[in-house]
Amino acid sequence: MSGQVQSGDAALFEFLCRLGDNTLVLGHRVSEWCGHAPVLEEDIALANTALDLIGQTQLWLGLAGEVEGKGRDADALAFLRDVWDFRSVLLTEVPNGDFGRTLMRQFLFDAWHSIYLGRLLKSSDKRVADIAEKASKEVAYHLERSADTVVALGDGTEESHQRMQAALAYLWPYVGEMFEGDAVDAAMVEAGVAPDPASLRAEYDALVGRVLADATLEMPEGRFAHKGGRDGRMHTEHLGHILTQMQWLQRAYPGASW
Amino acid sequence: MTHPSVEQVWEWLSAVPDPEIPVISLTDLGIIRDVAWTDDRLVVTVTPTYSGCPATSIINLDIETALRGHGIEKIELKRQLSPAWTTDWLSEEGRAKLEEFGIAPPQPAGGPDRCPHCGSENVEKVSQFGSTPCKATWRCKDCLEPFDYFKCI
Repeated sequence: MSGQVQSGDAALFEFLCRLGDNTLVLGHRVSEWCGHAPVLEEDIALANTALDLIGQTQLWLGLAGEVEGKGRDADALAFLRDVWDFRSVLLTEVPNGDFGRTLMRQFLFDAWHSIYLGRLLKSSDKRVADIAEKASKEVAYHLERSADTVVALGDGTEESHQRMQAALAYLWPYVGEMFEGDAVDAAMVEAGVAPDPASLRAEYDALVGRVLADATLEMPEGRFAHKGGRDGRMHTEHLGHILTQMQWLQRAYPGASW
Repeated sequence: MTHPSVEQVWEWLSAVPDPEIPVISLTDLGIIRDVAWTDDRLVVTVTPTYSGCPATSIINLDIETALRGHGIEKIELKRQLSPAWTTDWLSEEGRAKLEEFGIAPPQPAGGPDRCPHCGSENVEKVSQFGSTPCKATWRCKDCLEPFDYFKCI
């Protein structure tokens, strides 16, 4: 927990779990569309996005396991931790809803992800900077697509417009958590590993504001934020269900591989 | 015992096909970053194309199998993330082979310059993604054939 950080490595481990759990949980959520998207091209796009996110998870959680030094690898961290040890922001956990809501969530996450990874390129920890360099190329591509789709659907038919505005209203209260900071972030800022999340908000609002304007969607004014995911204090009820599905094989058949 | 030269190893690796796009080799793809001997151990440094590409583990296996086939016993595969792989590292030969195979090679403009089937410049994007992480789906508006475009990253 954030209040109990004892050494630099403990904070770094937390920080890496946050990155890896975000991509893991969102990757799993997006993969739920595989075989169900409205058209084949979108199905492939969603599956590819999920694949990139899971690939990034392997890098972040792999490094987290190394830093922790207790012999846990990325698979052990992904499949053998329970809800309270996850550090994903709540935005990544919420159900997909319709296709529009899934793409709106993707856009709200991609925008943050691309800005955050951009700052991590200058991390004092070369291992972090290297992963960010790899991931940021993929995420730039994700952002291009999710932003395009948000514009197409927002500025689409009357129904698609309404659905996107409703999706935005539902998801907006989950945005604030990405800009929260605590003792872990303070330790990362001090070590030059990562930026203060709050310092990214203005850039984020500008980017999101531009795309929403193109999409003829109104940016909500509220700043209320649901919190509790990134520090593990209180996840949504949905995370347990995700893990039940994601982890059952390793729980039922420990150590199974192919 | 003398070991094969680094140049010889590069030549062997240039005969190992990419598992997803077998018309090009691993060296055409530009993912082999270094080959070096450390005493009697051969260290091959590989960079992934996309972090989640399922072909990555097959590629490592293929490298090892090929080199063992040439009698090298001690092999170490090293993963290198930075500098991140870019399609600028595709060889000229690789680009030509892609196009001949029906996959439009990457262009800095972000889209194919012509249809790999009929050569028409009248093409349109169908999806930013495709059958593998490295490709997008396009179509030709003249010959009407769909085709893969190798994404430029």
